[in-house]
Amino acid sequence: MVAGRVLVAGEGGGPLLRLDHAISFWGGVDPVTGTICDPRHPDFGASITGTVLAIPATVGSSSSSAIMLELLREGTAPAAILLARADAILALGVIVGRELGYNGIPIVEVPVEQLACLEQGAPALVSATGVVTQPES
Amino acid sequence: MTLDLTPYERAMLSGSEGDATAMAMRIVVSAAELLAAPRLVEIRSAHIDGCLHHGDGGVEFAERLAEGGGRVAVDTTLNVGALDLLHPGVVRADAQKTAMARRQMDAYVRMGAKPTFTCAPYQVGHLPGVGEQVAWGESNAIAFVNSVLGARTERYGDFLDACCALTARAPLYGLHLEENRAATVVVDASLVPPALRERDVFYPVLGTWLGLEVGRDISAIVGLPESVTRDQLKALGAAAASTGAVALFHVVGATPEAPTLDAATGGLAPVRKVALTGEMLRGSLDRLSTATDAAGVDAVAVGSPHFSLHEFEELTRLVRGRRLVMPFYACTARDTLNDLEARGDAAILRDAGVEIIVDTCVVVTPILPASGGVLMTNSGKFAHYGPSNTGYEVLYGSLEDCVESAVAGRLVRDEEVWAW
Repeated sequence: MVAGRVLVAGEGGGPLLRLDHAISFWGGVDPVTGTICDPRHPDFGASITGTVLAIPATVGSSSSSAIMLELLREGTAPAAILLARADAILALGVIVGRELGYNGIPIVEVPVEQLACLEQGAPALVSATGVVTQPES
Repeated sequence: MTLDLTPYERAMLSGSEGDATAMAMRIVVSAAELLAAPRLVEIRSAHIDGCLHHGDGGVEFAERLAEGGGRVAVDTTLNVGALDLLHPGVVRADAQKTAMARRQMDAYVRMGAKPTFTCAPYQVGHLPGVGEQVAWGESNAIAFVNSVLGARTERYGDFLDACCALTARAPLYGLHLEENRAATVVVDASLVPPALRERDVFYPVLGTWLGLEVGRDISAIVGLPESVTRDQLKALGAAAASTGAVALFHVVGATPEAPTLDAATGGLAPVRKVALTGEMLRGSLDRLSTATDAAGVDAVAVGSPHFSLHEFEELTRLVRGRRLVMPFYACTARDTLNDLEARGDAAILRDAGVEIIVDTCVVVTPILPASGGVLMTNSGKFAHYGPSNTGYEVLYGSLEDCVESAVAGRLVRDEEVWAW
């Protein structure tokens, strides 16, 4: 069990997809397919849809908020996002989505060493209070 | 921690300035809460990175604000959109997508933002002063306004920049606060051969390295020549903000918050010191080309960030009276094109085969030939985003290399400049 700080409240669950490298959603994630589309990213081709996506850092373009919004609109978003370091850019996409009436997802800040404790691929649940559990681990 | 709002801010939140301002204020407040800001800060200017059509959610957001009576409350410029409004037809997009992209750009203009449609607003007269609080989007513009102009912004994303513009408020945190602007990493460029330090081609490579190695930390770079130009610093920042979350760097002796190394570090000892080596630069240089030298060149693109008048002067000098044998795109602001037309340089460039793109660029919207292939560029940002956004492989070189390659129809690149 890992307890993080809630950035955007909500609940969600899915297989844990932990990225080892920082990512820019703009230029790095295709919102139509929900896959990582930067050929230079080690997880190129992986689908983030429905996952509990753990990200060590976000980099690059501020347009990543818009990609986050499109992921929600297209129904290709992760089920939850765990960020090693609080960042307004992805959270903003979710906050704006809420204003526009789209289904939101939780975003939780979890220190990088705790992210490393989570089991890759195993089902994970994120609670409204920012607690991440992996019942099968 | 609870967010402390002034009576006027609370009134905006409850609708005193209309529905759009109330919605914008809700978003600013949500952002401030998640960033744990103690209060909001009044801003003087904004640059909105919300005109690019990534999908219809962005249109819905902008039109919701515009229909709710939204008006920008500060000087506001607009970033690139997905269309070249002055040259319709250069962008390959279906009619429905074009119409949505147009609606998105129009909604921001209706709210009173200036139709600059450029990622380099600092080249069309949007020049906040040292210490001024602003809210800017677009990663290269953020790096430039903080580092080169010494104004204060955090890294704003799409939507929050627009909400700040409507409310004239931003969360007070991060780089808005003087104590967070000191360098913790010192980068020593004094071992780099002086001739290389003078060259434009050096700066995107330095920026690429800086983004990868320093990332979000703030650096003070020593050893750059006093003659370092705004275009070189623009290229440095754009590349650094592509490979890392670089929002502020200091160049000792050149940028406003770094008259001395001591000033840049706030008088504190740096956490880390790095001396640039040839090996470090070579690694970053290699990263900017994904195609092999033997792959050939199918098109050239320059102007990310948008080309300045000075960069166009250089390009005009290089292509005057010559013939480029492959597509050659130069992306810029419509205001800069006006100046080029007035001085006659636009005609010289077009005669040589340069296609001038305004309001957008070739990496954010489909302009390059659909056949694909290899794109040559002098831009670290194009080299970084080109493969994922366009499907083209990339080759990096100087502006001279780009022109010589486009004239010869094959890769011509001066490798000597990197020998040290």
